[in-house]
Amino acid sequence: MEAIILQILNGLDKGSAYALIALGLTLIFGTLGVVNFAHGALFMIGAFCAVTLSRMLQISHTVIDETQKDFLGNPLKVEVPYIHEIFGQTTGDVIIDWAVPISILFAIPVMVLIGVAMERGLIKHFYSRPHADQILVTFGLAIVLQEIIKYYYGANPIPTPAPDAFRGSFDFGAALGFDPNTIIYPYWRLVYFGFAALIIGGVFAFLQFTTFVMVVRAGMADRETVQLLGINIDKRFTLMFGLAAAVAGLAGVMYTPINSPNYHMGMDFLVLSFVVVVVGGMGSLPGAVLAGFLLGILESFASMREVLEFLPGINQIIIYLVAIIILLTRPRGLMGRKGVMED
Amino acid sequence: MFGLDKKHTNLLLLVFILTLLAPFILNPFPEGSGMAQFNAGYPDLMQRFVIFGIFAIGFNILFGLTGYLSFGHAAFLGVGSYAAMWMMKLLTMNVIPAIAVSIVVAGLFSLLVGWISLRRSGIYFSILTLAFAQMSYALAYSVLTPITGGETGLQPKITDPRILDGASDTTPKANLFGLEMGSSFEWSVGSWLFTFNVGYYVAAIAMLVSFYLAIRIFNSPFGMMLRAIKSNQQRLNYTGLNARPYTLAAFVVSGMYAGLAGGLMVAMDTQVGAERMFWTASGEVVLMTILGGAGTLIGPVLGAGMIKYMENIMSKINSTILHEWFAFLPDGLEDFVVTLIYPFIGKGWHLTLGLIFMLVVIFLPGGLVEGGQRIARLFKRNKPSSDTPDGKTTPAE
Amino acid sequence: MGILDIKNVGKRFGGLQALGDVNLSVAENSCHAIIGPNGAGKSTLLNCLVGKLIPDTGSVMFDGKSVLGRKPYEINQMGISRVFQTPEIFGDLTVLENMLIPCFAKRDGSFTPNAFIDMYKDSEIVERAEHMLEEMGMADARSDHAATMSRGNKRRLEIGMCLAQEPRLLLLDEPTAGMARADTNNTIDLLKQIKDERDITIAIIEHDMHVVFSLAERITVLAQGTPLVEDTPDNIKGHPKVREAYLGETQEAA
Repeated sequence: MEAIILQILNGLDKGSAYALIALGLTLIFGTLGVVNFAHGALFMIGAFCAVTLSRMLQISHTVIDETQKDFLGNPLKVEVPYIHEIFGQTTGDVIIDWAVPISILFAIPVMVLIGVAMERGLIKHFYSRPHADQILVTFGLAIVLQEIIKYYYGANPIPTPAPDAFRGSFDFGAALGFDPNTIIYPYWRLVYFGFAALIIGGVFAFLQFTTFVMVVRAGMADRETVQLLGINIDKRFTLMFGLAAAVAGLAGVMYTPINSPNYHMGMDFLVLSFVVVVVGGMGSLPGAVLAGFLLGILESFASMREVLEFLPGINQIIIYLVAIIILLTRPRGLMGRKGVMED
Repeated sequence: MFGLDKKHTNLLLLVFILTLLAPFILNPFPEGSGMAQFNAGYPDLMQRFVIFGIFAIGFNILFGLTGYLSFGHAAFLGVGSYAAMWMMKLLTMNVIPAIAVSIVVAGLFSLLVGWISLRRSGIYFSILTLAFAQMSYALAYSVLTPITGGETGLQPKITDPRILDGASDTTPKANLFGLEMGSSFEWSVGSWLFTFNVGYYVAAIAMLVSFYLAIRIFNSPFGMMLRAIKSNQQRLNYTGLNARPYTLAAFVVSGMYAGLAGGLMVAMDTQVGAERMFWTASGEVVLMTILGGAGTLIGPVLGAGMIKYMENIMSKINSTILHEWFAFLPDGLEDFVVTLIYPFIGKGWHLTLGLIFMLVVIFLPGGLVEGGQRIARLFKRNKPSSDTPDGKTTPAE
Repeated sequence: MGILDIKNVGKRFGGLQALGDVNLSVAENSCHAIIGPNGAGKSTLLNCLVGKLIPDTGSVMFDGKSVLGRKPYEINQMGISRVFQTPEIFGDLTVLENMLIPCFAKRDGSFTPNAFIDMYKDSEIVERAEHMLEEMGMADARSDHAATMSRGNKRRLEIGMCLAQEPRLLLLDEPTAGMARADTNNTIDLLKQIKDERDITIAIIEHDMHVVFSLAERITVLAQGTPLVEDTPDNIKGHPKVREAYLGETQEAA
């Protein structure tokens, strides 16, 4: 029993990432009708927002500290972060420690800006072009973005730790009444899951309580009529894309302590995210989220030692297998609308 | 000739001559000169040109004609490679059986993948092929290690059975009835150096045959049906034709081409690894086909050549060389220009590739072939035609 | 027993009964029109005939064989050719190629891996296609890209492509939708010509009454998913039930 709960928990962090990326993908596909192969790159850029801010916060200059001496007897040259100078040492350290969560504030405008730029500059020209063209041009864009990041940040993963307060693990089992130390789970992953739930909730609330998505969907179906109604559909399309980009970026920001950001993490997540979207049902937002979590947990179960003994390597291919089976038996996915994109 | 009309016979002849004379054409710069690093006429690169040309020609038969975008063709390349390697380990280092088996095995595998994936179309089809490719890669990397060698891959070893070859105490080399793939004949003419490599010519012959077959397919009713599928699949269905076997046939044919390319790679390199099947390798052939011109005959070959050239040559340019080129500029300007160009060459050439690809998809979807046609039309318009006496044409009916 | 026999066909979509108790028989070599106000179920009925939908109840027999459950290409091979509301042709191909395809399909069946012959060397097919283009008056345009043609010409090409297969039944789905008067008249003339010169059954779904009354020998009026009246054109004109279906309340004759 403990093992099962542990595996479910294990699947939550990756599942949350899948769910968030799939959510953005579905927003773009379901409302704008665009297949965005650059979405993984947005996830990656979000992660590198955290890296950038972390580095920015730690920009320091050399100061000669008379009170300390190095091993030669000369005054010690110390690297003092500017943050320390502004906020004092203790607060400065706290700020540096909390770089990742603080990056959220930094990432939101950056990601929205990037999303808007992408939509205005590129995506909007591809609304009426066939899906294959959209895939190709966003694939090219993903490569370009990936290479730019690789150029500025190098090819190696950049560890970006979580705040001290969230390091270490939480004895989940004890809280639930099980024996202590049977189910332990890292704090930060719990935080990530909560964060993801918050974003997902926010997006759904936004969709539920405004007419925004309805208008955008109508615009996708019949642009001219919506415009004749006096609605600036272009602005809304742009906003929608910016929103989706922000969701992907935020998913990336908070994921950095779990998996050190590197330039190809976008591509790594992209393939699986598309698979998730298809399993959930293309165009279905609840489907995307549900499928993201389910497949994350499924992958986790497939990684269990007992399972791997029986079916070696199953953990790598389980998601693809499920996708293939679903695509063949129920092409609209778990929650897709019937008749959408069926042949 | 060979059942082709004049236009296509000329095209085939042109490609034949180009591949025959490639060692000359690709090595225009004298050895030791500043531009020598731009020479492409060395065995490894020439082999890659024609092998990836084959891969792209096959992919074009599926994507260029039917419009079905597969992201999984690297899996067939990999399967062909593994099959060829096993033939070399079990039977003989003679490349003929290896190549033959690579085509057959890849064909069978693509039959399976295609039969399942083509049950859906459009983006679903693409994602299905992607899923299969990643699955194959994951399996090759981990589970099927006895067959694939996992991370290390496979190489021929002295201890291999090689039933038809008999025992040998030296490292085995791939050969064509005794003629080693790796052997080359070098010819110095003045300060120029030309290399004639056996492996290259073997692969080039394979490419010419592949190209010829592609021409036949393009001109056949079968090829026309494939184009009709891309143009209006619904109309095709209602005109009494079943699109499914046509697309499956195109898929299998393109899979066999990929297998051939994989087998030839092994014949040249005598090694194979799982990374050959990663989905971005599939992305590479998509890039080549579109860059060159999807749906045209010569396009994929051009695209393959261009990308492989950039991969090998562009990636060698570094900042020292850039400084050499721009040394004629005043220092400050020189540094500025080098800094500007630097991210786009050397290790950053993928960036250039991605940008060019995006530009092609956005502005020139017909690739290099379309670009060439547009330029040709510019020249034709500038020349006044001598047929029309006063420049006026007869009024339209 | 007509060449097309529709018996008891019904189709429900969720809560909506799109078709109910449809009985229709199209006599061989006749021209039969199906008309009705919007929402009457004409498109649904058509989709049941061409393999796109399977009705919940009833049978559809063509030339004595059931059509239900067959794929569109199979139904075409049985002898039904269909013209779409918006002309569906192969835009990326030349006009001649457009005409070659139905000829190949008719002779060789739904799949032939004939990858090693030059398509222009198949003289039997090429002659047939050229002949058909001439009949349609499009022989000069044979090398044009089909997508560059005017809508009226696309319609002609499409009809020609259907006729090239020598179908027993030509199904037309609002062929003059969105056409200007001149084009409509051209289409009517073309269809009249086809009707007179060939042994062919024509079933046409139409909105334009001028077309219907110029061509049809029998008219079925569909309303709310079920046939209201079926009769000759003269009897349909001025039929009170038909007027009611289209306009609402019957008006007292002045």
